[in-house]
Amino acid sequence: MNIATQPQNGSSALAGEGERPVQYVTPLADVESTKEGYTIHAEMPGVDKSGLEITVDNGELTILGHRHPEEFSGEPVYREIRSTGFRRVYELDPAIDTSNIAARIDQGVLTLTLPKAESVEPRKIVVE
Amino acid sequence: MNIVRYQRYPQSDLSVTFDRLTTVRNELDRVFESSFGSFFRPLASLNRWNPAVDVYQDNDQFTVYVELPGLKKEEIEISLNGDTLTIGGERKSEANADQGFRTERYFGKFQRSLTLPVPVNSEKVNATYKDGILKVVLPKAEEAKPKQIPVSLN
Repeated sequence: MNIATQPQNGSSALAGEGERPVQYVTPLADVESTKEGYTIHAEMPGVDKSGLEITVDNGELTILGHRHPEEFSGEPVYREIRSTGFRRVYELDPAIDTSNIAARIDQGVLTLTLPKAESVEPRKIVVE
Repeated sequence: MNIVRYQRYPQSDLSVTFDRLTTVRNELDRVFESSFGSFFRPLASLNRWNPAVDVYQDNDQFTVYVELPGLKKEEIEISLNGDTLTIGGERKSEANADQGFRTERYFGKFQRSLTLPVPVNSEKVNATYKDGILKVVLPKAEEAKPKQIPVSLN
């Protein structure tokens, strides 16, 4: 299952030339594999549709999630929630049809469906 | 303010040992990726799911944020018992994989409790759930609000 390998889930990534590295958290994610393809469920609390950037480039799927800034009322008393965004990179199985990847986010859980191209689905050949 | 992390076992040598074991398991998983994962899976149930909590306060209210991605409103239980706010619930797994599975997310029950340092107006507690973050606003009781008494100088 090539999809599960993560070559560069760094906690930091360059935002651009000359800029300081941006810190990211690696989201907890489940990967399901079926005959038809893969499904990724990634936990990104505080991220909505507008804060998501999903790119496929050179066989790599990159998920970026930016939290929308919450206006906190008052001063922090106790903090556990990290305010950094999320980033995770997956190396894609070549069988995946990258033009048909679908994404939706519901209550902070991103669901990505990555169908396999039809040509690579096993086909039975009848001997005449 | 006193915030109690939920513990399935009382703090004992046993739970400390298990904590260490599960950490070792996590380390192993990282080293061997998922190859050892299924062998050690039974131990995963000892990993406690402690959703992250933030607490803010101002003169009028406390605001509590809890990271609870992927739940339904009905699955979250919020209760206020005296000065103790408890947030709990259960997340059910909807796994559907016939050819393999790699899991990192927590499923099952969770609970966090926190003790508020001053009384709150329980009638006016208000909760919203958006983008996987639960926000509970607890207005302070009138008698607990800091009062400014103007003193006139003669």
